[in-house]
Formats: sequence, structure tokens, C-alpha cells
Amino acid sequence: MLEIRNLVVDIEDKRILNGLDLTVNTGEVAAIMGPNGSGKSTLSYVIAGKEDYTVVDGEILLDGESILELEPFERAAKGVFLAFQYPLEIPGVGTMTFLKAALNAQRKARGEAELTTPDLMRRVKAAATKLAIDPEMLKRPLNVGFSGGEKKRMEILQMALLEPSLCILDETDSGLDIDALKIVADGVNALRAPDRSSLVITHYQRLLDYIVPDTVHVMANGRVVRSGGKELAIELEANGYADYRQQAA
Amino acid sequence: MPAVQETVERVKAIDVDQYKYGFETIIETDKAPKGLSEEIVRFISAKKGEPAWMTEWRLDAYQRWLTMREPKWARVDYPPIDYQDAYYYAAPKRLAGPETLDDVDPEILKTYEKLGIPLREQEILAGVKTSRVAVDAVFDSVSVATTFKAELAKAGVIFCPISEAIREHPELVKKYLGSVVPVTDNFFATLNSAVFTDGSFVYVPPGVRCPMELSTYFRINERNTGQFERTLIIADKGSYVSYLEGCTAPQRDENQLHAAVVELIALDDAEIKYSTVQNWYPGDAQGRGGIFNFVTKRGDCRGARSKISWTQVETGSAITWKYPSCILRGDGSSGEFYSIAISNGRQQVDSGTKMIHLGKNTASRIISKGIAAGRSDNTYRGLVSAHRKASGARNFTNCDSLLIGDGCGAHTVPYIESKNASAVFEHEATTSKISDDQMFYCLQRGLSSEEAVALIVNGFVKDVLQQLPMEFAVEAQKLISISLEGSVG
Repeated sequence: MLEIRNLVVDIEDKRILNGLDLTVNTGEVAAIMGPNGSGKSTLSYVIAGKEDYTVVDGEILLDGESILELEPFERAAKGVFLAFQYPLEIPGVGTMTFLKAALNAQRKARGEAELTTPDLMRRVKAAATKLAIDPEMLKRPLNVGFSGGEKKRMEILQMALLEPSLCILDETDSGLDIDALKIVADGVNALRAPDRSSLVITHYQRLLDYIVPDTVHVMANGRVVRSGGKELAIELEANGYADYRQQAA
Repeated sequence: MPAVQETVERVKAIDVDQYKYGFETIIETDKAPKGLSEEIVRFISAKKGEPAWMTEWRLDAYQRWLTMREPKWARVDYPPIDYQDAYYYAAPKRLAGPETLDDVDPEILKTYEKLGIPLREQEILAGVKTSRVAVDAVFDSVSVATTFKAELAKAGVIFCPISEAIREHPELVKKYLGSVVPVTDNFFATLNSAVFTDGSFVYVPPGVRCPMELSTYFRINERNTGQFERTLIIADKGSYVSYLEGCTAPQRDENQLHAAVVELIALDDAEIKYSTVQNWYPGDAQGRGGIFNFVTKRGDCRGARSKISWTQVETGSAITWKYPSCILRGDGSSGEFYSIAISNGRQQVDSGTKMIHLGKNTASRIISKGIAAGRSDNTYRGLVSAHRKASGARNFTNCDSLLIGDGCGAHTVPYIESKNASAVFEHEATTSKISDDQMFYCLQRGLSSEEAVALIVNGFVKDVLQQLPMEFAVEAQKLISISLEGSVG
């Protein structure tokens, strides 16, 4: 379970999050919606531990424990996974090599045995097939020369392999055509589990047609200003964010 | 990949100071008086029991050296070197030409043990290792042991200290010494010609494939002592040899000079593969101490279809000035240069290669990977040239630089000269930086900073590591991570 209390975050003296409260229960899929500049991506980076941000006040608790003092890789080992809006290219590092390094680093941190190469290959191939990822892609350097859609699918592949307890999807729908969107949504839906929470950050309601959320939270001016069920997303689609911008101002 | 994990474990096991070969061996030494003069040159020659022609050769070099100046064109900056304030000869005292390893000072044997270099053949034979490597161990100014000499002799291969070769095989030495790097080649090579103390000599007879890897392990131990080794390798017609070179030095506050000369000669259809893992003491984080490494390495593809391949992993030294080169004289000959040069702290590297195409249909290939971290400077300097008669000359050059952090610099200085219209030279170069975003991406996936850098750097240097002999490649991979310890975060 993720609990965020009164989170205040600055980047270079500019306030981005301003007393944000949010709770995502275990097994729940929560959607975060909001206009551009409302602090949605900052929220995802701060949960994952990116160092450019200064947490001025507040608390982030994962299963009751504060994670604010933890390094990003320690948070990852505790089950935090961020699917990036713009996944990074890692030249020279084979995709399979990267997957193995990441998976084994997390397993080791949790005191589990490292995976053998055949075991890893089996898992990767199974997950890749589900996401319609060409096996040739696994031989190439991670994300180098991948199309926008391929990069997003690679993010979901990593999410499936790492089996996180908290999945954060930052604008995963951006840059996807409708077929790719369906594949990615199917991948995310397949990972729904009673012991896993998800935070789906999106600007558009479109993604939520395919990943149906349990709760919807609207962000404006660095705060959650309204929470509700999935019908809230539909209302936003009809009325836009204009009301919230005004409210924020 | 497991090697990356292993690397990280190794890195973590190292203390704050990352240089693990910094210990000093306490032994009694026999030293020449400080400074450089004709008397010192004669002293060295006499210590080595050299014939008159060799003494003359040295004296001639010394006279020429007096008229020369240090080259200043490299992108390195260092205080003036006082050539009169160093020792030019230092030898362990107990050593009066040891017959067997039992004659060698046990402290020295322990040193090599600590460095992981086995000198006892039976120990190597008893070990689990299936591949064997013959070792020539050079300690300050003398060779202390050469293993597997008898077995190599059966194949007709001569592998011995160069001082012994001068006495035992004068016809070969006379014919080839200075034939690739002339006495007057450059300031440091001329200095080396006057005062070189030891090094390895290899001769592989026609048609022989050397039955094992040969290697020399250089260790500077004495304070204020320069090391001037000289290596001469001759691969006669149709022969093959693979040679490895490793080097370390104790950690000291003052700088020490290392000015070596390596000459390779490949006759018709012969092949020489020369690999170096250079790990001299690089100095501390403030740039105090460390080895000044001014080295001239050159191979002559003298025969038709001969091949010389240089592979180097450069992680140590305060200053590196080094350009292992190939003269492609024989028709159809080929030269290769694979390099990984890593600089961290205040290290300065100016390294690269020269490929001189003289014969017809000669080919060369240059793959250089420079990695700069900390506040270091890393320059690739290369020359590819085709002589008028070098029809059909081909070169492919790929020069990549990787920057880690904001305080370092990478520079690429390629020179290309072609006097033959049929020559085809290709040059590719890239410079990239490990970005904070790439680091965060890796950390988010569960990798620590060290693991992430090791992963990215290993990916970056993969093409070159593949060129190294197996055991060496694993060692080199570990060394790379250790060298970059503390470069992030």
C-alpha cells in the first residue's frame, strides 16, 4: 500500500508539489489525471527517488515504511517500478544483459538466489511473446533505435519480469497508436494482482478505456484536488481541465 | 555478465584507495649512483656483462640523447623531469644471475605471488588452469625469473631476458635491435637505448606456432628509480606468437619515470599478437605521485602477408604518452590496434597509434575506446598514412570517447595522409557521456551506481575486450571497474 502525506517538493527553488495527499490500497489501480504542469511526472520521479528533487516536507510510505531516505535502487528492490515516459537508451548494453543485471540485482538485494541464464531466457521469451516483442529486439542494445512503441513495450516487459509491488506508469500512452496501446494495456492488465498496486498517470482518458482504474485522482497545482471512481475520468473527458485550472489559480 | 557482478564485488572489497598493487617490497638493492653520465652507461653495460659492441651502441645513444629535447606536442602537462635526480640501475642484491628460483630472494617471490603471477612451473602445472603462460618477471632493472624456458626451447622458441640474449644470441640482437625504433627515434627512445636495463627477448623460428602464451611482468619497486625496459620480439617466416605484458608499481608521493621501447618484427606470413594491461600507479586523487609513462612501441610487418596486432588496456600512470604503431612494409601485410584507455582522478592520457602503409594491399584497423572520469584528460592521437607505392591500402578507424561526470575531457586528434589515390581510409568517431538520466534509469531498475557504471562501461569497451586472450579479458574487465571506482555519486 502506498500512502503519501502532505508531500511538498521543490526543484531548484520552484515548488512543484504543494501538500499532496494520496493513498493507493494494495491491489488497487489508481489513475492520476491532470493538466500539463500539475506535477504528475514529478510525483512519479519523487516516489522513485530521482535526486534532482528536494522533498521539503511530508512523507511517502510503502507498506507503512518511509522510503524517503532510500536510494533509488533500494526502492526498486522494495518493489517500486517506474515505467518511464521517455525510456532511456543504453548504448552497448544488450537488452538481455541489462534485464539479467537488473533482475539479479533486485533478487540479490532481497536475499533470493540469482536466476540462471536458461531460466531467465525462458521468462523473458514468455513475457516478450505476450507483448508481441520481436525476439531480435532482445539482442540489440537496450532501447537503442527502438521506436516509441517498442520502447514502451520494453518498459512493460521489464515490469512483468521484475514483478514489482508498486507499478507507476508515467504517460505510458503518449506516442502510442491504438494497436500498440491495446498491447501495452493488455500487458498492464495481465499484471493486476491482489498484492500489487498501480499508479497510472495520464493526461487523456483514452488509456483508461483499456486499463480500467478502481479510483481516479485529479491533480492541479501540485495537489490532489479531487478523487473519485472511474466515472470521474469520463466526466473529465467531457468537461476538460478548465475548472481545475481556475480552481488552482 | 557474471563478470560484471564479480567486478562489483571486487570493487566493493577495495578500500578507499583503489590501487591494490601499491605495496613495497623491502629488500636490499644494488644501485648505481644517482644521475646520468657516460660512467653510468658504462656501469650498466658492465653490470650486464655486455660485449663491447653493445657498450658502444649505448654510448652512441647517450651522446645523441644529450643533443635532444623532450617532445612537447602531446596534450599532457607535467613538471620538468630532472634526469640527474634519478637512479638508472637498481637490482635486488642477492641476485647474481640466479640459476633456479631457489636462488631468488623469497621476498621477491612473495611479491609476484601477491601480484598473482605464478613463477614456479610446477605450481602452474599443478593448478587447475588448462592453459599455461610462460612468464619473464622483471623487477626494477633486472629479470628475476623466466619460466618454461626449457619447454619453449624444445619448440625452438627463444624466450629470455634481453641481457641474456645480448650475451647468448648476439647475431639476432645485432640484426634486429634498433631496426624498428632507431636509436635516434625520439627523446625517450634514445634515452632508453642508452640506459635500458632489462626486458624480454623472443625469437620464434620459421613455421613455428609458439606452444604457449608468453608474458612479461614488469614491477618497479625502488624509490626514485626509472624503469627502462627493452623488448624485442622476432617472428620468423610463417610463425605465430602471442605475448602479454603487465605492469604495476608501489604507491609513492613522487613521480617515477618509465621509458620503455618495444620492437616487433614479423617476417613473411608471420603473426604477432601483443597485449598489454598497463596498471602503473596512477597517483592519488590530488594528482600526487604516479608513474610518468613515456613508451615507444612499434611493430614492423617486414614480410609479405605478415600481421601485427596491438591490444592495450591502459588504466594506470599519471601521464601516459604511448603510440603502439605498425609499419606495413610487406605487401599484403596488416596491422591492428585495439585500445581501451581509462583515466580517472588527475590522470592524463595521450595515446593512440600510427599505421604507416608502405606496401601494396596493406590493411589496418584501429578501434579506440577512451573513457574519462574524475578530473582527467584523455586524448586519442593517431596517424594513418599511405606512401606513394601503397596501392590498395585500406584503413578503418573507429574512435569512441565516453565521459563520466563534468570535470573530465576527451579529445580526438586524427591525422590522415594519403599519397596514393587508391587508398581507402575510413574514420568514425563518437563522444558520449553517461547522463544522469541514464544513471537514474539503471538505478530505478535496481542497479547500484557502481553496477550501472560497470554495465555501461563494459558495454562500451566490449569490442576491444574480445580481442584479449581469455584470462586477460576477465582481469581487464575487473580492472576497468576498479579504475572507475568513485567516478560517480
